[in-house]
Amino acid sequence: MSETEGHNSPEAGGAAKGRSNVPHHFDSARQHYESNILGMWIFLVTEIMMFGGLFCGYAVYRAKHPEIFIYAHQFLDTRLGGLNTVVLITSSLTMAWAVRSAQLGRRRELVLCLALTFLLGGCFLGVKYVEYSQKWRHGMLWGQKFQPHGEPGMALNAQPSSNTVNTPVAAPSVTAAATSAAPAEATAGFPAPGLAPQGLAVPAPETVELMQRPKNVHLFFGIYFAMTGLHALHILIGMGLMLWLLVLSAKGRFSAGYFIPVDQVGLYWHLVDLIWIFLFPLLYLIR
Amino acid sequence: MDNFKPENSEDIAAREGDGKPLSHILPAKLLVLIWALLLFLTFVTVAASEFDFGGLNLWVALAIATAKATLVALYFMHLRYEKPVIGLIFISSLVFVLLFTSITLMDTQAYAPTLIEGYAPKINQ
Repeated sequence: MSETEGHNSPEAGGAAKGRSNVPHHFDSARQHYESNILGMWIFLVTEIMMFGGLFCGYAVYRAKHPEIFIYAHQFLDTRLGGLNTVVLITSSLTMAWAVRSAQLGRRRELVLCLALTFLLGGCFLGVKYVEYSQKWRHGMLWGQKFQPHGEPGMALNAQPSSNTVNTPVAAPSVTAAATSAAPAEATAGFPAPGLAPQGLAVPAPETVELMQRPKNVHLFFGIYFAMTGLHALHILIGMGLMLWLLVLSAKGRFSAGYFIPVDQVGLYWHLVDLIWIFLFPLLYLIR
Repeated sequence: MDNFKPENSEDIAAREGDGKPLSHILPAKLLVLIWALLLFLTFVTVAASEFDFGGLNLWVALAIATAKATLVALYFMHLRYEKPVIGLIFISSLVFVLLFTSITLMDTQAYAPTLIEGYAPKINQ
């Protein structure tokens, strides 16, 4: 088949008919495309390594202290996590559709798909905000900030046994500044024992009551906030990229001959979805 | 231009001199199918967490997550239609993550207090 014979196709590279917009350091538009995609994938590899470090930390702590994870994950609302998963998967669909629209030169469809992806990313962050604010209100935070307390009028369960929970602290005024040999984390700011985690999420009440609170539960929340926080930051960055693409595509900068930035941002967004696909079962669905 | 059919996405695709499109265009139906599969697998993930497989719990969850990740990587990230070297780069990153996670986990089984009796000074609890 000779050059474009029988096809009324756009010029590769996005140029006017017969001319070439391919940057001079590339042999062809396809080589331009393949180089950019290769570069993007190498960046994605660095992102995988970065999150891989956090997953490694998760693996180590879960291997050494499984009881912390089994207990603490009940404070996470599986329904919200599942909703976020559905939101992100749908946003991946709209993003892949945006790439398809760009490849076909359909500007309005491209803008619509990018806008939908942006909105779905916003939904994800909104649900995250609800989850985080719930945790904040109940003091389920990381490290020293882990000071769980319920809401007034909440039913409390029986005293946990003393062999799994640190010895009772008289009042929250005992500060971490104490220079005692006891690890500061074990006594600082912990409310009086017997405070149940009921009402903080929607765990099965009977399961929670049956379990005694293990020591160092704040470890789970440190890992939780580090991983989901970094992930949420990536969603935010992705939304910024989406906005940039929206502006460019509205101006008509993309065509069937030149859609590489859309493809690259699409790869980034799919990776963020990939990471969440692993985060969800590891944090929310522990048995 | 009698044979130009705009509904056929292959015709609309920008082409190089050799007539092949710049990159593979995913059919709309395939996109929706993958999306539906992903939603189904999400449902399976949540449902599977209701059952107790004993020691396999973690691995069942990871297996389903890997299946979802494979779908996203192969189709949405069009790894299936790219040159094989891209897939190689992606797989190798996973290999390295697995490598350093497994070696670290090996290390956690060999802490001094575990191996040497009475090694760590007792902390007042």
